[in-house]
Amino acid sequence: MKISIEKRVEPSPLTPYLSPLVSLALALIVCAVIFKAAGANPFKAYREMFMGAFGSDFAIEATLIKATPLILCGLGVAAAFRMQLWNIGAEGQLYVGAIAASWVALNYGFNQPLISLGLMFLAAALAGGIWGMIPGILKAFRGSNEVITTLMMNYIAIFLTSYLVYGPWKDPTGYSVPMTALFNRNSWLPKIFDTSVHGGIIIALILVVLSWILFYKTRWGYEIRVSGANEKAAAYSGMNAAKNIILVMFFSGALAGIAGMSETAGIQHRLQQGLSPGYGYTAIIVAWLARLHPAAVVVSAILFGGLLVGGDQLQISMSMPVSVSNILQGLILFFVLGGEILFSYKIKIGGKSGHQPCPAAKENA
Amino acid sequence: MDANLLLTLSILAAAVRAGTCIVYAVIGEILMERSGILNLGLEGIMLSGALAGFTAAKMTGNPWNGVLAALCAGALMSLIHGVLCISLKAGQVVSGLALTIFAGGVCGVFGKKMVGQPGSPFHNWNIPVLSDIPWIGQVFFRHDILVYLSYLLIPLAWYFLFRTRAGLNLRSVGENPQAAESLGLSVNKIRYLYILVGGALAGLGGAHLSLAYNNQWIDNMTAGRGWIAIALVIFAGWNPLKAALVSYLFGGIDAVQFRIQASGTQIPAEILLMMPYIFTIIVLIIASGKGEKQSAPAALGIPFIPGERK
Repeated sequence: MKISIEKRVEPSPLTPYLSPLVSLALALIVCAVIFKAAGANPFKAYREMFMGAFGSDFAIEATLIKATPLILCGLGVAAAFRMQLWNIGAEGQLYVGAIAASWVALNYGFNQPLISLGLMFLAAALAGGIWGMIPGILKAFRGSNEVITTLMMNYIAIFLTSYLVYGPWKDPTGYSVPMTALFNRNSWLPKIFDTSVHGGIIIALILVVLSWILFYKTRWGYEIRVSGANEKAAAYSGMNAAKNIILVMFFSGALAGIAGMSETAGIQHRLQQGLSPGYGYTAIIVAWLARLHPAAVVVSAILFGGLLVGGDQLQISMSMPVSVSNILQGLILFFVLGGEILFSYKIKIGGKSGHQPCPAAKENA
Repeated sequence: MDANLLLTLSILAAAVRAGTCIVYAVIGEILMERSGILNLGLEGIMLSGALAGFTAAKMTGNPWNGVLAALCAGALMSLIHGVLCISLKAGQVVSGLALTIFAGGVCGVFGKKMVGQPGSPFHNWNIPVLSDIPWIGQVFFRHDILVYLSYLLIPLAWYFLFRTRAGLNLRSVGENPQAAESLGLSVNKIRYLYILVGGALAGLGGAHLSLAYNNQWIDNMTAGRGWIAIALVIFAGWNPLKAALVSYLFGGIDAVQFRIQASGTQIPAEILLMMPYIFTIIVLIIASGKGEKQSAPAALGIPFIPGERK
């Protein structure tokens, strides 16, 4: 008997909804086995995680706070991925955004919160944008692999942050703690009503809408989506690939940079080491699970925000390492990736048809 | 012997030591990429090799068991990528990233008890006669056994790839899988084989860190070396001999920045620590362009589906 695989003409319409749910369920099952192997009771662990992330008002607030940078970075990553640009550098772009926002907050005391926050926002977007644009330029003009360059830029940005908080920007009154002085109150993002959720989430949601308009309602967005789907067709119709690569990488980096501003101005109110527990990497999974759609990024980011909060909860109540949530993240992505074949290919059992090219098989994956 | 020469030799020796884990990883990745599979999970594979190697050596008191465990752990982690990319035709970039994130998590959880523990390392062993050769002996022959094994691996991998029938088959699978299949080779079987071999080698590279170079388990101890190795594969033009050279060059940068740090310089440590990563970007800029397109396996990153044409 022969088992063969053929490409479907149209992906199954259920894919976008079914795939993430099934992946999540399977990931939870496999992770339960890993928990067991590590000597933890999986049922207790999952209950702790769920309650920690969604079980109370406080928990939901914590989840939304963590979802904020994930929405922003996820939007940025999705924008680049849509053009087949593998921007793995959201983490570094977030850090330089935080550095730029801190620079504004620490050096210019504005009396108006709106001016102060506005300038921090612009500085962060610009810094993150440039940090993303450098690999973009290298890609556009030299063809340098952006996976590697964006990733190396992450390490550089994180060391740069350490240098600043240990060195020139160190709070002189902070004893030996490596961090800058606290920002002036005018540089703090306000809380929403009387919750602990800061205004970063509003910024994130506005940018979701703007990204959606940009990618689905403008000519440029159409160009980007076309060139992502088919490079040759895009070049044939006279689109400037180099320009678009650089612009998209700038846009992608700027969004991650804004996440850095939102974290410093909304939570820490200063620049410090380790301000992101890997939001930039989690954002890759957020974007992929959302199938790169801006609106779906929000749902996906809240889910992963919950996962991170749940991971923290496990550390507190069951003294498990925080990297537990990385296992779950990796597993979810494995199953989403592995499951795609079920939706975009048909599996045929028996017959010889597997060796004949089917009409839809011309376009390569 | 004057002090400058002594310092130079000791830096060169440190470069070889620091470069060894990368040599293993780069050669592993070359084998995988030559078969057409881009494995960006290298960082995670190395890390799991480092942890498995350290744990097995510590528990049995014998570092050779660590080597065995690292080979297995690397191959197993790599196999996940293989199943996703070869059988399930998943996108290789995202799959590799998923693997790195997953492996980082697994090592964080299972490595927690090993942090700060003493291990059962490989000790330095000066090769008789060879280690007495002036200059060369000091640089190359006063290391641990895993360094010496890598000396054997480098020419062996080159010979295998370019001078044997099996190597030719491997390359043809990565260049033109359709043609290879029509000649009777099983593309997917060959790709699975090298996913396992390449992963095992990368795992061993990680184990050199935990069993010899650092001689302990530190969370995320690979610190980007897997990613750097992927960049060096491109720089080396998918050739094991050049790969060894650039790995030692990279090891040299690592060694030099460490020396400068230790010398009590004014340059902040963080700036020096950036050096390897900046160096990697520069290397990539030099390597990319026309040369890269010529030497890269033509079918790299493209899933193979029998009967489907490009």
